[in-house]
Formats: sequence, C-alpha cells, structure tokens
Amino acid sequence: MKKFSTKVLLLTGLLITSGLISCDKNKIITPNYEVTSEQVYSTFSGYTQTMAKVYGAFALTGNQGPAGSGDIQGIDEGTSDFFRLLFYAQELPTDEAVLAWGDPGVPDFHNMNWSSSNVILLGLYERCLYQITLCNEFIRESTPALLSSRGITGNNATVVGQYVAEARFLRAYQYANLMDLFARPPFATDATAVGSSIPPQTTRTALFSYIESELKAIDPLMVAPMKNQYGRADQAAVWALLARIYLNAEVYTGTARYTDAITYSSKVINAGYSLISNYDNLFLADNNKNTTENIFSIEYDGNTIQGYGGTTFMTHAPIGGSMPASFYGISGGWAGLRTTSALVNLFPADTVTSLKGNESHFPNLGNPDTRAEFWSNGQSLAITDVTSFTQGYAVNKWRNVTSTGAQGSNINFADVDEPLFRLSEQYLIYAEAVLRGGSGGSNAQAVTYINNIRERAYGGVAGDIASTDLTLQFILDERARELYWEGFRRTDLIRYGYFTTSTYLWPLKGGVANGTSVGDFRNIYPIPDQDRAVNPNLTQNPGY
Amino acid sequence: MKNTYLIKYVFLLLFVFSAATVFAQKGVITGKIVDEANQPLPGATVTVKGTQQGAGTDVNGNYRLTGVSGTVTLQVTFVGYQAIDKVVNVSGNVTVNFNLVPTANDLNEVVVIGYGTEKKKDLTGSIATVTAKDFNQGAITTPEQLIQGKVAGVSITSNSGAPGAGSTITIRGGASINGGNDPLIVIDGLPLSPDAINGAANPLDLINPNDIASFSILKDASASAIYGNRASNGVIIITTKKGAAGKPVINFSTQLSAGTLPKEAPVLSPSQFRDYVNTYGTAAQKAIMGTANTDWQKQIFQTAVSTDNNLSVSGTAGKFLPYRVSIGYTDQNGILKTTDMQRYSTNLNLSPSFFTNHLKVNFNFIGSQTNNRFANNQNGIISDAVNFDPTQPVTSSNALYKPYGGYFQWTDPSAQDGLKSNTPLNPVALLEQTNDKSKAYRGIASLNLDYKFHFFPDLHANVNLGYDESKSNGSTTIPTDAASNYLQPGAANGSLNSGSYSPYNAEQQNKLFEGYFSYSKDVKSIKSHFDAVAGYSIQDFKNIASNGLFPFISGGSTVYSNSEFTDGLVNTTATNNYNSYEYLINEFILTSFYGRFNYNYDERFYLTGSVRSDNSTKFAPGTRTGTFPSGAFAWKISNEDFLKNNPVLSNLKLRLEYGVTGNQEGIGDYDYLAQYSLSTSTAQYAFGSTNYQLYRPGAYFPGRTWETTDAANIGLDYGFLNERITGSIDYYYNKTKNMLATIGQSALTNFGNQITGNVGSMENKGLEFNINANIITTKNIGWTANFNVSFNSNKVLKLTSVAELTGISGGTGNYVNVDEVGYARNSFNVYQQVYGTNGKPIDGVFVDRNGDGTITSADRYNDHSPDPKQIFGFSSDFRYQKWFIGFVTRANLGNYVYNNVASATGIQRNILNPIGNLNNGSSDVLVSGLTGNGSNDLLSDYYIQNGSFLRMDNAHLGYNFGSVFKGAGDLKITANVQNVFIITDYKGVDPEITYTGNGGLAGVDNNYYPRPRTYVLGLNLSLK
Repeated sequence: MKKFSTKVLLLTGLLITSGLISCDKNKIITPNYEVTSEQVYSTFSGYTQTMAKVYGAFALTGNQGPAGSGDIQGIDEGTSDFFRLLFYAQELPTDEAVLAWGDPGVPDFHNMNWSSSNVILLGLYERCLYQITLCNEFIRESTPALLSSRGITGNNATVVGQYVAEARFLRAYQYANLMDLFARPPFATDATAVGSSIPPQTTRTALFSYIESELKAIDPLMVAPMKNQYGRADQAAVWALLARIYLNAEVYTGTARYTDAITYSSKVINAGYSLISNYDNLFLADNNKNTTENIFSIEYDGNTIQGYGGTTFMTHAPIGGSMPASFYGISGGWAGLRTTSALVNLFPADTVTSLKGNESHFPNLGNPDTRAEFWSNGQSLAITDVTSFTQGYAVNKWRNVTSTGAQGSNINFADVDEPLFRLSEQYLIYAEAVLRGGSGGSNAQAVTYINNIRERAYGGVAGDIASTDLTLQFILDERARELYWEGFRRTDLIRYGYFTTSTYLWPLKGGVANGTSVGDFRNIYPIPDQDRAVNPNLTQNPGY
Repeated sequence: MKNTYLIKYVFLLLFVFSAATVFAQKGVITGKIVDEANQPLPGATVTVKGTQQGAGTDVNGNYRLTGVSGTVTLQVTFVGYQAIDKVVNVSGNVTVNFNLVPTANDLNEVVVIGYGTEKKKDLTGSIATVTAKDFNQGAITTPEQLIQGKVAGVSITSNSGAPGAGSTITIRGGASINGGNDPLIVIDGLPLSPDAINGAANPLDLINPNDIASFSILKDASASAIYGNRASNGVIIITTKKGAAGKPVINFSTQLSAGTLPKEAPVLSPSQFRDYVNTYGTAAQKAIMGTANTDWQKQIFQTAVSTDNNLSVSGTAGKFLPYRVSIGYTDQNGILKTTDMQRYSTNLNLSPSFFTNHLKVNFNFIGSQTNNRFANNQNGIISDAVNFDPTQPVTSSNALYKPYGGYFQWTDPSAQDGLKSNTPLNPVALLEQTNDKSKAYRGIASLNLDYKFHFFPDLHANVNLGYDESKSNGSTTIPTDAASNYLQPGAANGSLNSGSYSPYNAEQQNKLFEGYFSYSKDVKSIKSHFDAVAGYSIQDFKNIASNGLFPFISGGSTVYSNSEFTDGLVNTTATNNYNSYEYLINEFILTSFYGRFNYNYDERFYLTGSVRSDNSTKFAPGTRTGTFPSGAFAWKISNEDFLKNNPVLSNLKLRLEYGVTGNQEGIGDYDYLAQYSLSTSTAQYAFGSTNYQLYRPGAYFPGRTWETTDAANIGLDYGFLNERITGSIDYYYNKTKNMLATIGQSALTNFGNQITGNVGSMENKGLEFNINANIITTKNIGWTANFNVSFNSNKVLKLTSVAELTGISGGTGNYVNVDEVGYARNSFNVYQQVYGTNGKPIDGVFVDRNGDGTITSADRYNDHSPDPKQIFGFSSDFRYQKWFIGFVTRANLGNYVYNNVASATGIQRNILNPIGNLNNGSSDVLVSGLTGNGSNDLLSDYYIQNGSFLRMDNAHLGYNFGSVFKGAGDLKITANVQNVFIITDYKGVDPEITYTGNGGLAGVDNNYYPRPRTYVLGLNLSLK
C-alpha cells in the first residue's frame, strides 16, 4: 500500500510540475479572427485593404454593413455617418431642409440653438477626426523605408505612394470640413504616434495654411485628372478643394483669395470635364457612370457598401406621405426630410400640379427648370409644424433607381454615389470669385459657365442669363438651385453674411415661423463637450 | 496497473470488514431514529463514541449495532439535525430510540469556503450558506432561483419569464460599471466561465437544480479574496449532492405546472382605441381602422403546461463507494407561444475513500442537453403585440395578405415587398413564422483528490482537475412567406430572396488544473488551532463561435410563391450565401498562486489571512500580475467566561474583515494587442470595379488592467436560546478603484473615441441584517421564519467624463441612464416635466433648470436611480402534523423604473402615426394626454416611476404521507403557486428589472418577457 501512495504522490507532484511548466507568464494568445499590424502591412494587398478602409470610412459607419460594429462608440451608429451628419450640419439650419424627427440633437438645428453637447455635432466631429486618424496611421506605415523593409517594391511601391498622396488629400479634405464647421479642431498629423500625446488645438488660420500647403505639396504626386480608378481621388479633386477653400478664405482667415479660387477652379474646368446631359440623372443608382462631371464621389452599394447614412439616408429620409416608394427604388420611406418654401420659390412654378396621369413628369412636375425635383402631392408648401411630414415639399433628387428606371441592387440600401466635388460647383466658384473681384477670369466666361449649368437644367437656352443678371445674389440663388441638399448651404449663407443675421430670414429660421436672427457666434459650431472633457488642450469657441 | 490496485484494494476492504464482524458477539443495540414529525430518518449515522463502531439507519429509521459492551456513549448525527448523545449501559440486547430535532443553523455545519471547508462557528468572513432543506420550492428550472430572497445582500433578479432564462445576481450592489457585476460561480471546485454561449438561455440553466446540495455565498473580500481577480462581485460556490451511506435510496420527484400571464401591458382596448382615433385622428386615419377586436397580447401568450421529473439513486456500493446518480427531464413551455425548453440532465457522483481514509476521491459529472426554442427577438414581438392596432385581424383572407401567409400586415402597394416600412409586423406572424431552435450540451467533470499524508496526517495534498465544455448549435429558419424576410436582397447579383436560414455553432471549453497543500493542527497545550492552505492553479477558457446566413433561393416566378418552407429550399452553396461562416475563437488563461492561514486561540480569537496572485492573459505582459490580500479578525464573545453557558445567548461573534479583490470581466481577451479586423462583405469599398474588404485598426488599450475593490466589513453573528434564533448583522464599505468604465478618448489619439479603461472609482456601502427563528419546534407543530434586509447605497466617485448609456426605444440615439460622479450608477438623466393645475403633464413643457431661457440638454438632471435602496426577504414555513405550508416574499424599495412602454407608445404620435398607420399605445395616454411631438418628450421625468414592490415569490401547501408501501417508501405531495402576487404603484407590467446594467440599459422597462404566474403540483417519493 505504501508503494501505491508513493506513486500517487509522485503523480501528484508530476501533475503540479507540468502545470507549472505550461504557465508562461508572458504568453501572448492571438485571436484567429484578427491580424496584427505586422501581418496587415506585410503585403501589398494588405496596404490596399487598409487604404480601402481610409476611403471606406467616408461611406460606412463600421466594419459590419449596415451596422453592428461601429467605428465611433457611444453614439448611435447611424449617427456616426459622414455624409448624413454633414447634411444635418450644413442643411438643417438653413432654408433648404427640415427634418420631422425628434432624435437627439436634430431639432436644435432648426431652432439654431445647438449646444456643445449636441450629439450630431459630436458624431460629425468624431467622424472627420477618425478618418484623419486612419490617414495618419496609413501614412506612418507607408514610408519608403518601411515599404522596402517589408519587400514592397516596384509598381506596388508606386501605387502605395499614390495611396499616401490620396490619404494626405483625404486628411486635408476632412481638416477643411473641420475648419469650416468647428474652426479650431485638435490637430495631429502622421508625425505624432498613436496614443503618444494629447493633440493641441489649432487655429482656423493655421489650419488654412496647413491645408493649402498640403494640397499644393501633393498636387504633383496625385494621379492626373480622370485617370485614377473610380472611387479614388485624383489631381482635379485637389484643385477643386483648393478652389473651394480659396472661395471661403475670407471667412476662414480674413484674407480674400478670389484670384486663387479662379486659378484652381479653372484648372478643374479645363481638365476635360463636362456636364452630363440630364440633371435628373445626377443622383441615381448608376451615377458612378457620371465620370465626366463628378470629380470625386463617396461610393455606396446596396449589397457591398451598406449603412444607414449617406445616400441610403438621402433616398429614404425624404420619402413619406403619398410618395410611392417604388418610384424611389426602396421598400419604404422614413418620412423625415422636406424643404421650405424659400428653396421652392427660387424656381419657376410647376407646369403640372398633380402627378395623377402625369407620371411621365416625375421627378420635376414639368417645371421648366428640371432641377426643381419636388414632390408636392399631398404636401403643403408652408410649414407650421416641422414634425409633420406633409408640411413642406419633399425632394425627389436622390433615387435608388438607375437612369433607365431599373431598381437599385437592394431595396433597403442605395447604390447612389455621393459626389463631393462636381463640375457645376467649380463653374459657380469661378463666377462668384470673378464677381468678388478675383483676377485671372472674366465676366463673360462666368456668364458662359452659368449658362452651361442653366442650359442643362432647362434643356435649352430658355433659362440663359445675360451678363447684367450675374449678381452675387443670383449666384447664391443659383447655387441653391443647382447644389441644394449637397451639403453647401450653411457655408454659402455664412459667406454671404446671411446665416445668422436678419439680412435674410427664411421660414422657421431660428425656430420662429417667419424667421429670426441668432447670435453671430453660431457661424461656428462648438467644440463637442465630450472631447473637451478628455482633451484639456481644447478651449471652447466663443459664445458657447 | 490501475485495475490490479483496485482489485487489491477491494480485497483489503473485504478483509477489514470481515474482521470487524468477527468481534461482534457481545451486545446488540437496536433502535429507531425519527425526526421531529415522528417520521423515520433513513441514512442517519449512529456511532459509538471513541470507537470505529457505527451503523446507519435503514429506510424505516432502524439501526442495529452489534459487538458493544459496557457503558458507551452513542451519538446520532444527521445533516440538518442537531446531534444527540446518549449514554447506554449495554447488557444483552437493548433498544435505544432517538428523536432528532432539526437545526436551522447548526454551528457545527460545515461550510464550503473555497479551497477547503470551515465549520460555521469558526468562520471569520461574511459567508452565507443555503442548503437543500432551505431551498425555494416550486417549478424551479435554474439553480439561482433556489436561493432567491433567502440571503441578505444578494439580489437575484430573473431577467425574464422565458423558459430557462437566467437571472442577474448582484451581491452588495456590484462593484463595477463596465467590468460586469456578476459574481464568480464555482461548481464543485471549478470556477465557471462568466460567458453564456449562443444557443443557451443562460450558463446556469444547463445545471439541474435538483442536483444541488448547497450554496455558499462569499460576500466580503476577506472570504472571496482567495479567488483574486475574479472576486470583486462576490463568489457563489455551488456543491452538488453526494452519495449517502448505506443501502440505495431511490428518490423520485415529479412536478406538473401551469404558467399563466399575470398581467397584460396596459394598452387601449379596441373600443377605447376607436374612440381615441375618432376623437383625434384625421379622416384618413379613421378610414384605415379595421373592424376586428383583437387582443394582441392574448394572441401571443398562452397558458404553458410544463413538467419536471427527477430520479436519483444514492447509496454506497460495496461498502466503500458512495455514489449518487440522477437523471432529470424538464419540459418547460413558455407563456409566449412557441417558446419552450427541454432539458435532459444527469449527474454522477462517486466519492470513495482509500487507504483507511487517507485518500479521498470525489468524482463528479454533470451532463445535460437542452433543446430550446426561442422566439427570435422576443422583446420585439412583445412590443409589437403591445403596439399593434387592435382593430385589425390576426389573419385575413384578403388577397393583399396572401404573400405573407395570410397574416394581416401593414401594406403599401407601391413598395416592392408590399409592406409599409417602419410599421410593426404582425406579432403572431413573427412568432409562428420564425423557428429559432437550438440544442445545447454541457458536460462538467471534476475530479478532486485529497490525500492525507500517511506519516504526517495533519498535511493534505489536493489535486483538482476540472473540465467544463458547452456546445451548442442552432438555427433560425424563416419561411419564404414571412413578412419579416419578404423580398430581401440576396445574392450579390441583386436578386431578391424571401426567407432565410441562419445556422450557428458555439463551443466553450474551460479547463482547470489545481494543486494545493492544506495543513491543520490542534495544539492543545496552547489552546490553539492552526490551518493553512497553499496552492497553484491554471485555468484556460476558450470560446468558439460561428454563424452564417443563407437566404432561400426563390428566383424568377417563385419569388411570390407562398409555398411551405421545406429544407429543400435552403441553398447553402457558397455562391449564394452572403454572410459566410465565421469562426471566432477567444481564449484567456489565468494562472494563480494562493494561500490562506487561519489561527484560533481557545475558540475565542480568530485570525485569518489570505493572498492570491493572479496572472491573466487578458492584459499586456507587464500589467498581468496582481496580488489580492485579505485579513480578518473575529472574537467569539460567547466563548468568554462571562457568557459561557449563558441560558439566553448561545452565540455571539464579532468579525472585522478587510480585503482586496479584482475584476477582469467586461473587456476583450486580446484588446491590448494592436489588431486589425476585416470588415464583413456588406461593408466593403471599391477601387475601380474591385471590391475590397477593409482592414480596420482596432482601438488600443495599453496599460489596462483589472479593477480592484477594497472592501471592509464589520459584522456580528448572534444566536439565542440554543440557536433557535440566529442571525447576523453586517456593515460594509466597498470602494472600487481603477474601475473599468467606458469613457471618451481624446480624438486623434486612438482608433476608438471610447475605450474601456481603468478610469473611475465607485463606492458601495450598506447594512445587512438577517434573522432566522425556529419559533416552534414540537412533535406536532413546527414554525420557522427567516427575515433579511439589506440597505445599499452606490455612488460614482470618479469618472473622467460622464458616460451616457444609450438605447431606449423611440427615436434614435436617446439615452436615459448616465454614470456621473456624485450620483448612483445608472442614474436617470431626464428633463423635469411641468404639470398643469389639473395635475396632468403639460405637453412638451419642461423646467428650464439652468435658467438660460431655452430648454437644452443642459437642463437635464439626474432623477433617481434604478438601484433598490432596500431589499427585503421574508420566508416562513409552518407544519402541523403531516401538513406543511410556507411562503417566500421579497420586497425592493426605492428602485425607480423608466417606463419606456408608456414613453414610446403612450403618446398621440405613436397611435396616430405620421408614417401612415395606426398603433395601439399604453393606456397612459388617456391620463397624460401627451402628444410626443416634442423632441424632449421621451426624456421627461414623468416616465421615471417608483418601482418599489412587494412580491410573494412562492406559496406552498403540502402533505407528508410519511411511510407508504408498508414502510418501503416515503411520499410527499405539494401544491405551489409561484409569483403569487405583486404589490406596487408602478404603472407598467412588472417593476422588477435588472438594475446593474453592466454598461447598458438599467431599470428600463421595455416589454420584456413577463414572468409567469405558475401553479405547480408536485410529488416526491423515496424508496429504499
């Protein structure tokens, strides 16, 4: 028996020892469903897929379409989408759009009483900065030294080099948004390692200089206009962004840069672009074909690029009331967005008042200006109650059907791409910069460009203007007619001094039926409380 | 090898026992042992004190001892009864009978404390035990419900009334915000994984409650610190039943129960609804009202008949192998139609001893299979039933509804799928057209070896090996005519499909190896007792999951077909699945050293110290190892001379305890690594015409570690009148430091704007009191009562920013709970409603609390919290001859509930929905008259309602037939009602709602599966 007990002891001892041996205190267990950064960046395809994320962060809200693994935590994932939130911030406080929903933060825009705790602004701020963080990381991982150490050479290295230039462009684009919206965001580039320090706050002027110098620096590194793969930015996108910030430079820095605006809009205009023939086809499911006009777009796809923001929002939110969902290629609308009479009244009267029997006049009810894509059946023009969908005309501009009328690939998610830059805007920048005293352009050329836009809209010369018609007010109105709901209106109204003042009042401005002025500090949005709580370097914008 | 030793051993044992019989020719003692009700006590042990002689009682309570002579002391022991000594002068044959009296609180009761046991009288920590005789009765399907309401400081809130649904167990308020608040559960020495697997309603429901012998709840840190970085939320040690001595005892129990819906959510009746629409609706809205009168809640709920059957055999085989084998079969139907759970379970316990008790072996196996049918998104279905227009029929022969299986749906002919978007779906259709089934298997095997050294019997070596594996597979099948999946986009070519089949698998493995030495020594000369434990353990947790989604292929003309679903319609080929199988493996390893030292002097002064060092792979090397010490001092005042033999006070012990514990839940297994994850196929991006799945860098958590809780406790145990009245009172103060909470991360510094890090601190302080009384203990009448109360107050002390917890119903992105410094965790953050002179809320008018002239989010304030401030438990049992009757009640006071059902549905905007349909709503709308048009309406403090309640969990009446079949069996019949009544001012269905939140919703009532009222008839038969 003793022998046995000894064996038991031995066995016990052995088990304990084997247990001890298997314990490696520093053992790293790696997940099977994720990869380390070394693995990702070891191949060219890994670089491409990381770059796809840098771009994809525009369109998607996370790693799982349509939702479920969001990039931005702590807020509803649908409230972290780039274009949807840009739309909220740029259109809802203006005469172009109202939204029926009472989601947190939304009514503040109509009432123009947003605070620094507004969750929509937080989402937009975080999204822009998140994309910059991705750009910084990509650029850091793509230095020539790192590329060669990882065996990425030859043509692959050249393509990664282009990716880097594009990442710098996207970063500049998002900084430009932040400059416009928040004026003084935190600032970091690829020079600062992840998590190493709390970023300092920049100023609007410094940010302007940075964006300008970045864009000029990458100009020669970008692929030539219209020569890059669809979905990627090219040289013309860089010029178009420069033209846009120069047009607004006086707002941002106090120094007018209209001559530069003319220079760079001209570069885009002369790069070989032309307007597509039919305005109605601009925001349809197959608008990825509109490559002659669209300079750079965010891509969406009903099956492979799914989310609840972007053009899925743009094709669903304005649909409700008596609007047949099938006209819009969707399963049903979200009954939210409409526009105010201020926008409708910029257009001539519709020639058809009811769609019944006149379906062929969809989407613009026979309006001589085909850009008047409004739905008035069952809708009142005037709005007394923002929350009632049937008050205010709905907008037919975005539809998940193709130019031949076919349904998009998915009835729940749109295929429509969202152009961030298109040729019309460059024409309008040119014209406005000329009128505002920039040199290097001519009034006659400006009139020609405006008439290019209007001839497409009217299907002929009926809407042409004369040189005497070209005033700053006309250009602002024309921008509304051409670019409404594309995310420009707030910036435009600020440039004209209209956004907060009583110079221009529109229905419901500031939450009052006939409109009211609000404090000028509202030309700039507040730095969100949430980021100020964790970044002591940030001071609040004045007035908040 | 093993076999030959076994044979030798058997021979040895035979020899020993036959030798014993050789002596046995002196005197014979026989007798009968009965309990307080004069019922025989089978399995009691009679020993001759100071010798090895002894015997067990048979089924009739009779025993027979031979070979005894002279004057001896006989001792009778039986678990749960007070031991009795009798001095007997043996000459020839004598008869000695014993009458045992039960003890509710035997101080000699042995309590499992983790890596050992301790006598109750020697405990220094705050440890509560509940043994089988005190378990709750009735149709109980998950283990934790056995002790609901029984223990001060332990709150057990069932998560829903679904079959097999788990409970949220919170000990002393829980220690964390995002680190989880669930206690560590240890079964027969094996700490369980905290995670449930997909396909099982909760991890504990795979264990048959009938196999459980006792619970030990380690509440304070001095007791739980031996479990180190998993112990902050307390530890619950579950011990399963072991084999009894003697001949086999067969126990059979069966229960038949019927569950009913106790209360429907209060919504407008069809006639109230018509009146409402006719009063406030537009002509178009009046026109879409139907002619039916449908009580949608009645349509989805049913009376659920369930059975529970258990058979066990327990005894000792061949004199040396105590065993217990049990099988159980439970078929529990849910009161929500289609939901059910069937569980087949088995438990095998073998506890032999070898080498004259030098080696004790305990082998335990728990196995179960559970077949579940869930209602997919059951809360959504219940919401839809609450919400659905009562004037519409369930089914209709109208051709409009033919594509949807004939179920009424809100239709829109212009939509491609014909359905009006954003309207609720017919809840009956959702129930009946979804088949969400799973099978879950679990096996827990544990082997404990306890070796007492031959030449140094004070020293034991213990080895524990444990293996726990759960496996499940399940699928959700939706037929092609289900509106929920009608004409969904399918393959990448853009074709539309209806129906779907989505299978998943999950697996969890938990392996334990543990070795420890224990030493115990009495040194009489210095009136001291020492014992010590030191050991090492390694535990490996692995979680494997996969899932897939296959749309049915119904191309071409069959798109609109209404064919019955058959498996043949499922296409599982790679080209048509758009969400391919994923395998996710998560693993972490915990290695630990631990030790404990106990000392007592003269059974008057007790000292305990323990320490554990844990190394967890959940953290980066460098921040992995943590040390968790504890200490306790106890003074047994009643053993002092001035109180010894006091006729009134039988026990008085003062305890002082302090310890540090940790918590490592609520975070990922690999987050400290810089990882990239690949996006799904629905989240790609295209360059040119090529789609790429995206690599996203994951947020980065360098330096993160477990949170720690410093806990101090002062307690007093008391007993009066020879332990007929016992109890304890405890005051505790727990402070959580380095608390895991999810907070903002400054933009541009990380790949996530929020991280779960060690950022805060929180305190819980409270008072617990309990009293147990054996009020009457006579032969014919017995009456016992237990009362406990706990007061807890929770406060967030530090947090770098206010954390908002999102997700209430109605609107997008609304949150109602916040974690904010100076307030209780999960406080409700709302606007202050303004009321009119008639006492009704004024629509959309709130108090401008900061006086800036406008109502902004800055005007929100923290109004109450979902935490109960006081929790009461009261139970009592009364026996008169063979009848017995008892009840268990619980009360929570000061807990507030956000009535999300009223806020989301009891508003005009929901009933007269601008989207173009009608919804039913909470009848609260008739009282409040609110429209819900304002953007802040959902967040009105009008909806924060007092959820204090008193609930009778259980009432039972039984009859104990005693001996049947001529003494061969015992029979007991019981009738039970569970969830008997609830008294509350709360306006919704049931105010008892999980309040810890674990970083999410807390105290939000949004139509969860209601707890049934269950009527149970049970029969218990034991045979010898």
